Amino acid sequence: MAEYRLEMENVSKSFPGVKALDGVHLKVRPGTVHALMGENGAGKSTLMKCLFGIYKMDTGMIKIDGNITTIENPDDALHKGLAMVHQELQPIPERTIAENMYLGRYPMKKIGPFGMVDHKTMNEEAEKWLKDVKMDFDPKAKLGTLSIGQMQSVEIAKAVSQNANLVILDEPTSSLTDNEVEALFRIIRDLKSRGVAMIYISHKMAEIRQIADDITIMRDGTYVGSWEVKDISDDEIVRQMVGRELTNVYPPKGDYRTDEVVLEVKDLCSIHARSFQHCSFKLRKGEILGFGGLVGAQRTEIMEAIFGMRGIASGEVLIKGQKTNIKRPADAIRSGIGMITEDRRGTGILGCLSIADNVSISSLTQYLEGGAMLNHKKIENLVQDNVGKLSIKTPSSKTLIQSLSGGNQQKVIIARWLANNPDVLIMDEPTRGIDVGAKYEIYQIMIDLVNQGKSIIMISSEMPELLGMSNRIVVMCNGHVTGELEGDEATQEKIMSYATQFDK
Amino acid sequence: MSKKMDWKQFLINYGIICVLGLLVIYTGIMRPKFFTPRNLQSIALNVAPRFIIAVGVSGCLITKGTDLSAGRMVGLAACISGTLLQKPDYSGHFELTKNLPTFNVFLVLIFVMLFCAIFGLINGLVVSYLSVPAFIGTLGMQLMVYGICLVYTDATPIGGYRNDYTYVATGSFLKIPFLFWIALVVGILMWFLYNMTPHGKYMYAIGGNEQAAEVSGVNVKRSKIIIYVMAAMLYALAGFLLGAKAGGTSVNMGNGYELEAIAACTIGGVSVNGGVGKVSGVLIGVLVFELLKSAMQFLGLETNYQYIVQGIVIIVSIALDIRKYIAKK
Repeated sequence: MAEYRLEMENVSKSFPGVKALDGVHLKVRPGTVHALMGENGAGKSTLMKCLFGIYKMDTGMIKIDGNITTIENPDDALHKGLAMVHQELQPIPERTIAENMYLGRYPMKKIGPFGMVDHKTMNEEAEKWLKDVKMDFDPKAKLGTLSIGQMQSVEIAKAVSQNANLVILDEPTSSLTDNEVEALFRIIRDLKSRGVAMIYISHKMAEIRQIADDITIMRDGTYVGSWEVKDISDDEIVRQMVGRELTNVYPPKGDYRTDEVVLEVKDLCSIHARSFQHCSFKLRKGEILGFGGLVGAQRTEIMEAIFGMRGIASGEVLIKGQKTNIKRPADAIRSGIGMITEDRRGTGILGCLSIADNVSISSLTQYLEGGAMLNHKKIENLVQDNVGKLSIKTPSSKTLIQSLSGGNQQKVIIARWLANNPDVLIMDEPTRGIDVGAKYEIYQIMIDLVNQGKSIIMISSEMPELLGMSNRIVVMCNGHVTGELEGDEATQEKIMSYATQFDK
Repeated sequence: MSKKMDWKQFLINYGIICVLGLLVIYTGIMRPKFFTPRNLQSIALNVAPRFIIAVGVSGCLITKGTDLSAGRMVGLAACISGTLLQKPDYSGHFELTKNLPTFNVFLVLIFVMLFCAIFGLINGLVVSYLSVPAFIGTLGMQLMVYGICLVYTDATPIGGYRNDYTYVATGSFLKIPFLFWIALVVGILMWFLYNMTPHGKYMYAIGGNEQAAEVSGVNVKRSKIIIYVMAAMLYALAGFLLGAKAGGTSVNMGNGYELEAIAACTIGGVSVNGGVGKVSGVLIGVLVFELLKSAMQFLGLETNYQYIVQGIVIIVSIALDIRKYIAKK
């Protein structure tokens, strides 16, 4: 057996105007988890796309089990034992688990001259592989009945059933609960013991410590180095990723709170019985109000309802003491609320439009001349102003937003709302999938905003972020507000105990 | 980036225009009469109303919709205009409108535009409030409008137009036919709307990501309704002009024009995936498509075969458009 399952050597790849990868190495030993880390835009995805033949490398070599090979396309990769569990799963929820696992390679049987799908064999095989990764789901159940974490496990079972001996996990825990993460790690450890090699892409330091053996760090498309995880400290990892000393993860937090209540939510109930019920809270002027809780606590749902994206059965939303009747986001915006949604790609960016269009879209009526015509110069000034202020890295304001990195896209969305000058800005997981450097900048923007008398609601599933940024923290569990903590008295343990009060 | 890739990208973007351009040049060489001012003017006169239709459809396409009722609305507008603008002493005068007073031509135009706007409004409501896919909703409307046109005219051909009506098509200003001027004004207005107004920006935003547009405060439903209403009014204008140009009409007027318009839009770079498209592109698309039709006539291809070629062009142009989208991923 070769020393390495996979060796990628000196891989380079250029796109017009950008060198996306420049001499990157990656060597993965069999039976280990190899963490691949780097800020967003460091080139991790590009490297994986080169590995799967989605991009052609300009230079470089791939060896599998010591033999030089070329990989033409993802299908070819699969034949060579490579499988990928994507960051965003693409399952077919209306079909069964087994059908999803065997999609495109259904076992067939012959009846006379006709080939037919052999459902019996398929279900039996699926069950066997699911058992193999210690999951007993009914393979005939619809995939849609599973949680995201369980679907991911199915995806892994699928990879194993295809005899993959190198599995790539791209931010597998980004939408999992703690229990699901534990289950996933059990599967990973089991695969490891059977000699399967894994590449694990993640930003979460604690997970890397827990599960990974080796680590390779990339920065700006270049290779920084590889270590055994036990030989490198967390600080060192961060330092290598950003290439600079990050003394403070959070900017110094000021308390700019006043007594004025800008937003009050009274006994708000969702139209869905299983969503948020009887929720009340207040937001003060100049406050950063954190919302903590587990995945599924309905924090996003209540914020989207306040913003007019979801239905409200009963309860009131008061803005500066005035009752509101918000039916759609446009009403909320008029009332002075802005919303940065959790799903940046789905409900945030306008992918095929320019940065200028993305920034100005929700404040266009401010730039009208003579009541009808847009003043493009005014828009350009606004955009340039924000590009500078938020240090958005882009060649020009005409650049399409989809070509920016996640952090820069998020800053464009923030700019969109700043242009609207809202009193209340709701930020749902504002730093999800964003690299460390950009995170700090976004935190700084938030603090500047409250300093100017704005108020912010921040939903965050990252405990340190919640503790590091909030003046006050509201904790939700299972659709109810279960607790409220002042920023300086909050601890991880207190938040966690409120977040798990399922009986309330 | 290799040279080869650039070529591939170029062919995906402009391939169909290149092929059709070559066909036009070939036709010009083989049939010298093709490039006479007379023929070019006749092509241009065909382009004007088709451009008005296509620019109407383009708004629907940019918002990831479509409008299959376009052609039949053109027909209905042509029939209504015709029946209201016949010579009073014309022997085959349409029965229902025989005893009506003589209307001003301009007034009739306004009337048919408003009348078709009702159907556009229904299209818009169905697409936005009932969330019926535009493809299905407007297909239903296509049938309905055709039915209404049949009921109204009883399938009798309409002719004997007043001179002030046909003058709309035959007359000219500064030696340039009215049809051009009208198409030019429509083009400029739509360019202005698409590029210089919030409505235009909203339209592209909806096509780019409807949910994100909604979250950004765009009133998606209202925008869509405006688009379908305006499109219907443009079809009515085109129907009115086509009637004047032909000097007569029947229920078959406009049949299939929606597909030509959609094809012209895609040839001109309006993406059926939404969010992308320019008024200038629509003009180029229509021009290319009309040149193709004329070239086929000049080459002596039978009408029946022309349909086959047009169908192929429609599929290829949309296939190439989809390629662009896939390539972007």
